[in-house]
Amino acid sequence: MQDAAPIDSAPGRSVVSPPIHSFTLENGMKGVVIQDRRAPVVTHMVWYRVGAADEIRGESGIAHFLEHLMFKGTDSIPSGRFSKIVAENGGQDNAFTSYDYTAYFQRIAKDRLAMVMSMEADRMVNLRLTEEDVATERDVVLEERSTRTDNDPQSLFYEQLQAALYLNHPYGSPVIGWRDEIEKLDREHALAHYQRHYAPDNAILVVAGDVTPEEVEALAKEHYGPLAPAGRTRPIRPQEPPQLAERRIAMTDERVRQPFVTRQYLAPSYRTAEPGVSEAFNVLSEILGGGASGRLYRELVQDEKVALNAGGYYSGLAVDDGTFGLYGVPADGVELEALERRIDAVLARLIEEGPTEDELSRAKMVLISGRIYQQDSQASLARMYGSALTIGMSIEQVRDWPARIEAVDAAAVVAAAKSLDRRRAVTGFLSTAPIEDTAEEAATR
Amino acid sequence: MSAGDQWNGAPRHRMTPAVRSSGVTGGLAAAMILSAAPAMDGGVAQASTQIQEVTSPGGVEAWLVEEQGLPIISIEISFIGGASLDPDGKAGLAALLTGMLDEGAGPYDSAAFSLRQDEIAARISFSAGRDTIGAKLTMLRDKREESLELFRAALNEPRFDAEPLEKVMGQYRSVLRQHSQDPNRLANDAFYGAMFPGDPYGRPRLGTIESMGSITAEDLRAAMPRLLNRSRMKVGVVGAVTAEELGPMLDAVLGDLAGADAAPAELPQAPPSAPGGKTVVDFDAPQSTLLFGHGGVPRSDPDFIAAYVMNYILGGGGFSSRLTEEVREKRGLTYGVGSFLSPMDRAALYVGYVSTSNDKVTEAIDVIRDEWTRMAEEGPSAEELDGAKRYLTGAYPLRFDSNAKIANFLVQAQLDDLGIDYIATRNALVEAVTLDDVKRVAARLLKPDDLFFAIAGRPELETATP
Repeated sequence: MQDAAPIDSAPGRSVVSPPIHSFTLENGMKGVVIQDRRAPVVTHMVWYRVGAADEIRGESGIAHFLEHLMFKGTDSIPSGRFSKIVAENGGQDNAFTSYDYTAYFQRIAKDRLAMVMSMEADRMVNLRLTEEDVATERDVVLEERSTRTDNDPQSLFYEQLQAALYLNHPYGSPVIGWRDEIEKLDREHALAHYQRHYAPDNAILVVAGDVTPEEVEALAKEHYGPLAPAGRTRPIRPQEPPQLAERRIAMTDERVRQPFVTRQYLAPSYRTAEPGVSEAFNVLSEILGGGASGRLYRELVQDEKVALNAGGYYSGLAVDDGTFGLYGVPADGVELEALERRIDAVLARLIEEGPTEDELSRAKMVLISGRIYQQDSQASLARMYGSALTIGMSIEQVRDWPARIEAVDAAAVVAAAKSLDRRRAVTGFLSTAPIEDTAEEAATR
Repeated sequence: MSAGDQWNGAPRHRMTPAVRSSGVTGGLAAAMILSAAPAMDGGVAQASTQIQEVTSPGGVEAWLVEEQGLPIISIEISFIGGASLDPDGKAGLAALLTGMLDEGAGPYDSAAFSLRQDEIAARISFSAGRDTIGAKLTMLRDKREESLELFRAALNEPRFDAEPLEKVMGQYRSVLRQHSQDPNRLANDAFYGAMFPGDPYGRPRLGTIESMGSITAEDLRAAMPRLLNRSRMKVGVVGAVTAEELGPMLDAVLGDLAGADAAPAELPQAPPSAPGGKTVVDFDAPQSTLLFGHGGVPRSDPDFIAAYVMNYILGGGGFSSRLTEEVREKRGLTYGVGSFLSPMDRAALYVGYVSTSNDKVTEAIDVIRDEWTRMAEEGPSAEELDGAKRYLTGAYPLRFDSNAKIANFLVQAQLDDLGIDYIATRNALVEAVTLDDVKRVAARLLKPDDLFFAIAGRPELETATP
């Protein structure tokens, strides 16, 4: 499949897609090739359809922990050599874990593509772990949790907020895992997760760069083709029951110097929404919360001066329901409750009056031009296709997205805004705690 | 929030980068290293021949790489000076200026400016560093007239209206408050404060709530010719634009900026003090965040490339570095440890970072100091040097795989006075580094006893070495 034709849209907004090709190997592994001839390099990625939301309850963090352990050894690669081999060939490599996927990548000279493919195929089925590797790496992950989360009251707050938003779905547990559960993860947990989920038919190959589709498909056949499929599909996760009760959380932390208020609503994702609805949420998030020209910023920061910053966002790239978020940072002397009421008023008026033609047009311009700018980065394109395909979208859905954004009208934006339901949401206040016992504090330092 | 973000993992989809492990050299693995260097030299050379030196009819100079593959144009500008030009008592002036350039300019008030920016999808940003002020515009080719006009207004006719000034100062105060809850920022401020007492390099770039509060619209206006001066400007352009088209564009945007003699061309050097020892900034967290270092190597030093190669082996090479091997892979003391050369205009530093549980800080410091000593005394092995050269030469083209990265290189190469053919010659410079070169520069650069550690956290230091 190839498409290099401009997508029809408003003047000045035609988006020329890069040439995209796809194939499926006999063992079920999918491949996507994105041609970019500007530099003699490739981005090679393998995406597994497994993430933190597919973990067994009580083993939070295992998907991410295994991702770390995948850089240990196989029968042919001694422990710790994987990344060094890539580097000695002038390449960079890394990996990342999310709720819905785990992905591994290398960026390297195009004549090294076969080499990184053979290494990636090898560790898809031949991972070898020692007890010592696992124990040391668990300490690394615990330090990672401290760096990312425990050192930062704002991260801890978002972790609590997320846990409160989901009553039953595993999106409520942090990707990195709860500390007490990470501490108990061992070699057996890691290997069980690996054997359950790592197989060619549960993986998607994405190659972007100075390559032809024919050579990539031939190389994929050679290196990934011989691997046996596991015949499993992504398990259905526990879903949310009807959410009937609005949740509110208030966290205080002495370290906080800048309080703020935020709300996250459950919202349909690109996978769960009716056609056009996710696109409307994208446009809504631009109109309400898109930087300095969004309504929240203009009205609360510029006009009313009750906030230092305010905005919103939509997270729609998810297997199960996504989220729509709003936030505000209060101006000096403004209470969080008061700012929350002002945010609600802005939302209510948008529902009542609808967006203006100018707002609609600007929001679409920003969203669609973003797609054009994104083509400047080979790695970013590979990531966009990889994440979308791994959650179950099609290449066509990704490619035609600008045209579907163009089709969003005012009524669809209002309908999206109206569907936001506080019974299916959590509102959170983060503020500083009064230091109650300073004498004791001073003594213990 | 850019439109691309929704495809790239929004807040809930937290990405967590990964890992690797202990260093066993193995036959099979070694066999997987393909013949010599990756075949990318042709591509690198190609990129360098594409750099054109453009001088506009009005005398504005720029480096251009024409790239017609995408309908976008990126312009990046650096003005030498930056926060180093902030007067005493007005720390944060350069930062505030960059925050105000897009808050109303020419016919547009603050709100109108941001609306106009979105209408034409122009991406305009300004930043203040220790040595430079940066200005960037990325635009759609078919909106270039409108985009350039907005960019011109911001650089030439910022309004500094009272209302947005008050707003931005409130936002900066908020950012400063947030910095005081960020251990990275706390360690950073403590480190640079100790390295450069009394110098602008030793001050937080945003200044303090007090110094920021003393800045007026008049101060900003007066600073314009000093901070955005044509005589200290470097320009890089990449994208769907020809040299002929670019000349008039440069004149329109930059031709009317203030010229020479608005400020001293040469600023005084600021040799870092190398106090050794430690300082602790109290922060209530389970983990301590450390920044450490001592004096470094200037970019113009004949040994800079040798030092660069040495740093790759010691702490710059990610999972291939000795620090990652010893601190993370063997001992599990941290998620992130590393080092980098920091050659600034008026001083050079060699800087490292690590974060580790409060009860392991002493061990981490001891391991780092031991690695400093081992490299200073013994240098690297021939095998390590070979691996470093393979990576550094093979990965060089990865720096040129997007217009944005190329534009950044074009400016940096001019700031560093590298010459327009640098891309074609750079890998040969790396290849020419010998084991003796690296040993010499390691012995000269690495001073384990001079290392100064700035620590944000509640480290247990009772057994610390003096």
